[in-house]
Amino acid sequence: MNQMAFVAAAYAVMLGGAGALTLVSYLAMKRAEK
Amino acid sequence: MPTLHALANPARFLKIARPLTGIFLGLGVVLIAVAVWGGLTLTPPDYLQGETVRILYIHVPAAWLGMGGWSGIAAASLSLIVWRHPLAQVAGRAVAWPGAVFTALCLATGSIWGRPTWGTWWQWDGRLTSMLLLLFVYLGYIALARADADRGGDGRIPALYGLAGTALLPVIRYSVVWWNTLHQGQSIGLTGSSIDRSLLWPLPISLGGFTFLFAAIVLMRMRTLLAQAKAEARMRRMARA
Repeated sequence: MNQMAFVAAAYAVMLGGAGALTLVSYLAMKRAEK
Repeated sequence: MPTLHALANPARFLKIARPLTGIFLGLGVVLIAVAVWGGLTLTPPDYLQGETVRILYIHVPAAWLGMGGWSGIAAASLSLIVWRHPLAQVAGRAVAWPGAVFTALCLATGSIWGRPTWGTWWQWDGRLTSMLLLLFVYLGYIALARADADRGGDGRIPALYGLAGTALLPVIRYSVVWWNTLHQGQSIGLTGSSIDRSLLWPLPISLGGFTFLFAAIVLMRMRTLLAQAKAEARMRRMARA
């Protein structure tokens, strides 16, 4: 079992999830404040 | 408390929130980048868990913010019920989505950690099950707060739900003490940690980074909700004229 594959998957999920949430919140704020 | 009441005016709040959003976002991104770099390249593998210990640097902040988010909802609910703080309803709604997302990320990263460590993606043990319950409680709050806002409610019903949900936090915190769980026991306390320093140092940086990012997201969402409320009030005035 390649442990680094699990580490990479966990980081991808966390950074992808947090990044997507930030982007969606930013775009919604810009749209609402326009 | 005087500071809290000084922010009751949305215009005054926005004057402070606008510059803070960018500062928190910038600090969050920089600290997360440092923690990810350190956690993936500079720390040694654990003697027992091997490379998978690196998941610690993202899993713990996700758990911290999942529980911290609900503490934020509880504080907003209390200020709404006790002090009728005008921004409390907006703050509670703004925290709910990021709190739910970080709870889901905690469950997902924990599951990915569990497979190579425990040999299973999921186990119905005390810590995992109580965190899953927290996610459902978040989803209930989001639905209730949305329905209350759509009906023009004063936010008291979601606030009562927010306070009641706080009962889950000590259950999550002490689940590894009360039950014999597969999840490891507490390894970091207020007085110290059983984790070696060579492995531990990226964790506070990561905690700080994700906390700043969370705060920036909450400010963005509060600004969105305030702008939407302002636009709706303008449309109502126009419809009456």
